[in-house]
Amino acid sequence: MSGASKTNLGMLASLIRSKNAGPFWITFDLMFDTEADFLRAVKAGVPSKRWIAETYRIPEEEVLLVQLPQARAIKFSFPRPRIQGDPGESDMYSGQQYAPLLDLPVE
Amino acid sequence: MNTPSVSLISPTGALGMGFPDETLERGIVLQPDFIACDAGSTDSGPFYLGASKPKLSRRAVLHDLRRLLRARQELGVPLVIGSCGTSGTDDGVNWVREMVLESAKEEGMSLKLGLIYSEQKPQKIAEAFKKDMVQSLPGAPSIDRESILKCSHIVAMMGHEPIVKALEEGCDVVLCGRASDTALFAAYPMMKGIAPGPVWHCGKTVECGAVCTTLPASGGVFAKIDDSGFSVEPLSEEAACTPMSLAAHTLYENADPNLFREPSGTLDTTNSSYHAINDRVTRVEGSVFHPERYTLKLEGSAFRGYQTVAIGGIRDPFIIRGVDAWRDGMMEHFKQRVQELTGFEVGREVNIEISFYGRDAVMGKTEPMQDQSAHELGILFTVTAPEQSVATDIARFVTHAGSHWSIPEWKGFISGIAFPFSPPEIERGPAYRFMLNHVLVPDSLFDPFRFSVEEVW
Repeated sequence: MSGASKTNLGMLASLIRSKNAGPFWITFDLMFDTEADFLRAVKAGVPSKRWIAETYRIPEEEVLLVQLPQARAIKFSFPRPRIQGDPGESDMYSGQQYAPLLDLPVE
Repeated sequence: MNTPSVSLISPTGALGMGFPDETLERGIVLQPDFIACDAGSTDSGPFYLGASKPKLSRRAVLHDLRRLLRARQELGVPLVIGSCGTSGTDDGVNWVREMVLESAKEEGMSLKLGLIYSEQKPQKIAEAFKKDMVQSLPGAPSIDRESILKCSHIVAMMGHEPIVKALEEGCDVVLCGRASDTALFAAYPMMKGIAPGPVWHCGKTVECGAVCTTLPASGGVFAKIDDSGFSVEPLSEEAACTPMSLAAHTLYENADPNLFREPSGTLDTTNSSYHAINDRVTRVEGSVFHPERYTLKLEGSAFRGYQTVAIGGIRDPFIIRGVDAWRDGMMEHFKQRVQELTGFEVGREVNIEISFYGRDAVMGKTEPMQDQSAHELGILFTVTAPEQSVATDIARFVTHAGSHWSIPEWKGFISGIAFPFSPPEIERGPAYRFMLNHVLVPDSLFDPFRFSVEEVW
């Protein structure tokens, strides 16, 4: 399928999730069912550090972005913009912060 | 000659979350050298540490604990339980201790019980801070003596060292205050002298029970560790541990999937390799552990006020169209009214938050679709004040005045919020906030911990 026309991350990934990594960090996991799907996302460079920084309104240098071929996963993390549970908290577990990733186009 | 190895079962990701009886039975048949189970986390927010109260119910924790005590008795092996009572405060350790005593009495068990307390007096941490023994982690909030003393509870996260001490004293059951999840599984094999790389990586893999398998809710896992690696298999017959499922678990709830800091050093899984032994069992090799300066992570939570909330809905398209101005207008009024009635200032002693579900309540200012109009909005009022009664008094006029707040499109008195309840205000009790993202550099290995050993029969 890797030669197929344009898709998006929501269609390509087998799992996209966000979660606290302790009270001070948030982390996002993107998993893929096949090596081809994983490599397609990696080759397309999505998500990019710049896109992450712009979408989540954080400095680009705070983004940790890693590819894990063994887990066919792409992972990124950054310091939680608000400490977990501080005034204005809207997502105690950071479980629902991944939605903008779904529409990201993948060549 | 066989190389030395140690085996374990991790029956469930959290004591009190439950597991099928047959998975534990299967674990017993495999004759593990020890059983370990985590019972806490900061994941649910600052309340549990701040209030020193458990997240899961007593009946749920007791149900799991009793079965693990029986399994331990049958096998004659140690049982290690970490972060008792969710946050690992002294109350949490005592809460689980009392359940151990109750179960032992009912089941006629005798055992040697070790307790390791890891709660820290704010006064002592403030002194350590003065001596430069409290150091910030990247991105930590800036702290001073006052913010340390404000903490309702502070715990230090123990590594394997205090647990090894309790095991060496012959404890059958070890109840830990706040502990690194991984350390619960690392203590016994470290005591037996197994290489730290496989030991810590195995702990990292099995700490959440079956979450590292293909069926995350299926109970627990069995693992065997030696000097060159470890293998993991699920206790449920339906589940499997595949190279993919184990490798994927290093991602979960970790910022960095390759480096994991523990009190005594860092686990590095960058060059770990995963091989399927068969379709249910996977072996991992190549993990290394780099010893570093001994530090203990501190967690602290401080009271920040009592909260009263109200939930409602909005369906009028005119209100929805101009909802920001509508909210800003009522908020100005609330500020004056709070001052007038309580003498407190909104933004200082009192906080009023209004969020709109259906627009940007979940993602806030990072919501990319906040301009997309919905036909219905949920509205949540959150009032935080120094006293519960003050929070509720404020919420009472907030809901009343808010629901009648006018919009330019309509002439006359409106009722703009659909409240499902009477009264609409709900008292939420105390709210807390995390204060510390710091490590303690202790004077000695065991200095921050208190031990107690008792014979139970």
